[in-house]
Amino acid sequence: MVEWSEQERSIITSIFSNLDYNDVGPKALSRCLIVYPWTQRYFANFGNLYNAEAIKTNPNIQAHGTKVLHGLDRAVKNMDNIKGTYAELSVLHSEKLHVDPDNFKLLADCLTIVIAAKMGSGFTPEIQATFQKFLAVVVSALGKQYH
Amino acid sequence: MFFTAFSRPARTTFPLTAKDKETVKTFWAKISSNGAAIGADALSRMLVVYPQTKTYFSHWKDLSPGSAPVKKHGATVMSGVADAVAKIDDLTAGLLSLSELHAFTLRVDPSNFKILSHNILVVLAIMFPTDFTPEVHVAMDKFLAAVARALSEKYR
Repeated sequence: MVEWSEQERSIITSIFSNLDYNDVGPKALSRCLIVYPWTQRYFANFGNLYNAEAIKTNPNIQAHGTKVLHGLDRAVKNMDNIKGTYAELSVLHSEKLHVDPDNFKLLADCLTIVIAAKMGSGFTPEIQATFQKFLAVVVSALGKQYH
Repeated sequence: MFFTAFSRPARTTFPLTAKDKETVKTFWAKISSNGAAIGADALSRMLVVYPQTKTYFSHWKDLSPGSAPVKKHGATVMSGVADAVAKIDDLTAGLLSLSELHAFTLRVDPSNFKILSHNILVVLAIMFPTDFTPEVHVAMDKFLAAVARALSEKYR
């Protein structure tokens, strides 16, 4: 069971309440597809991903990025049971989407970079530590049902 | 603090293309005057977000973000990165003495190079949000991985 201090809870809810999901989600996903191009394997039917510009402007990627952020929202609202909250999603990513769980960490790193760029110096070392802890729990939960 | 660091197998280093080198050199030219500040912030973050890295600095009086030893060492590390940019066409040869230092004297576990690289990238995103585009990000990520690889050359 993951322990969260009051301060950590408040940091996470504060970060997410100040986010435009329609902006940050697409930015994180497109950054992931550009920085780690092998992740494009999961988006073969999304249309034009031939170069960075195409990825950044691809409407399917934008929609999916927003969807992913809303998925993260569920963890924010259920911090005491992220594992349970994501059990179905984990099964989905394993059985249906066949996503290598190593990729979750790559997207998490890109999301960290996008949030850092947005928050600037407000993204202090302590806030970074809490945010990365949160993402690590999410990533772990998403990988839990793989077998 | 178990959750902040993943143990993953060593990543493959991807060779730097001519475009990567150009991107790195151009971006570095823009940011190099901030080298010391970047290093200090990256190191500060590393010590907070990945507390296991503090084990290498038990000889410092003060490990808090922005302390004197952290600032000084951050500048030292970034001047090494600056040197690497200048020697980007042959990092193995160019960083030979630094590699020997890390292998035989410092004996820093190579997994920590990845951790510090990540924190450098976070600082670049914070300090240069518009310039640190995904295209620059991938080139810098590859470059720092190549530097780490060159620094690990002499380990075994």
